[in-house]
Amino acid sequence: MNEQALKELLYKMADDQLILGHRNSEWTGFGPLLEEDIAFSSMAQDKVGQSQALYTILHELGEGEPDTVAFMRNADQFHNCQLVELPNGEYDFSLIRHFLFDTAEAIRFEMLSNSSYAPLAQLAKKIKGELRYHTMHANIWIKQLGAATEESIGKLQQSLETALPYALGIFEPSPYEQELISEGIFEGEVALQDVWLKKVEEVIGQTKLTMPDVASLTPAFGGRVGKHSSHLQPLLDEMSEVFKIDPGADW
Amino acid sequence: MITEANILEWLQEVKDPEIPVLSLVDLGVITNVAIDEHKVCITMTPTFVGCPAIDYMKQDIIEVLNSYGIDNVDVKVTFEKQWNSNMISEKGRTALKEFGLAPPPKHNLIVDIDILENIACPNCGSTDSIMKTPFGPTACRSIHFCNSCKETFEQFKPI
Repeated sequence: MNEQALKELLYKMADDQLILGHRNSEWTGFGPLLEEDIAFSSMAQDKVGQSQALYTILHELGEGEPDTVAFMRNADQFHNCQLVELPNGEYDFSLIRHFLFDTAEAIRFEMLSNSSYAPLAQLAKKIKGELRYHTMHANIWIKQLGAATEESIGKLQQSLETALPYALGIFEPSPYEQELISEGIFEGEVALQDVWLKKVEEVIGQTKLTMPDVASLTPAFGGRVGKHSSHLQPLLDEMSEVFKIDPGADW
Repeated sequence: MITEANILEWLQEVKDPEIPVLSLVDLGVITNVAIDEHKVCITMTPTFVGCPAIDYMKQDIIEVLNSYGIDNVDVKVTFEKQWNSNMISEKGRTALKEFGLAPPPKHNLIVDIDILENIACPNCGSTDSIMKTPFGPTACRSIHFCNSCKETFEQFKPI
């Protein structure tokens, strides 16, 4: 088992979940409907919990304590894709990001439920069931608002065009791609992107939105190697404020 | 001589902190009990990965077993056997319903939108209901509305 390859995979997945979980939690108290407030808050809880479980696997592989790893790194030590760190913007952007990200996430964990690395396969079997609710939620709203009024369609279209290059950054190639595939740990980012694109196009095809030509876009790469937008560090500062004041805080 | 049956009977006293009528045993999260001369080792698995109640449950298990004279208790949380809502016992399903929470429909491990609709209302029993949102006040609940008695109710989500 190539441990470096495994760790790189686990870190990027855990960091994606932690950062998007934090962004989702920023909707608590601000959702456009009470149900959406609760939905984004619930997904925040799921994602942060899932990241903790992945950091726990990393800890068992010799990395730091989950809390320390989550709260004590700087932006350039995070491996999340840039998509998840972008500010929430308006609801249409958060919804599109949630749709694009969770569609990939659901497929990723479906693939990982067959991973040759047993602790990851076991966790993936659990997480993929939870993610069904996330993708169900995203698909319902994309289909409804993507075919509703001129305003809702226009806003979603604009957000889709803004978010797509960042969404392609989810699949930034790993230096360990071949090892992961040959060892049966993960099917790889290329395979994931293929399935993802078909699924995204299938849902968008049921709306009045227009799917941009993905091949003509430049993916926002860099996140996986610690290159981030200026939005990540302020998020980390806020997220770790309590921990940094009192690492033993309990409530 | 302490048996697994004794332990499971005692663990009936440990309830889900958010659903105080449902024991962890009936919830189906206790996946193994191992007993040797000096120690009882309980294996459990969370309903949801991010369940914030897991530490309380662990502590409750230790305290209840301590109260029966078992001093050396180890509780291990793993995903080796993953929880799904089909693992809630019949007794647990009845308890949920009496508590006012619709029990999750049994499923083939692929939850889709269809099985979330027309859930039997725990207040009046009607299945003329709609899902309002798949997310509720805790990670494991969804919110529904009964067209018959006009009450909003919650369901323990199938997963």
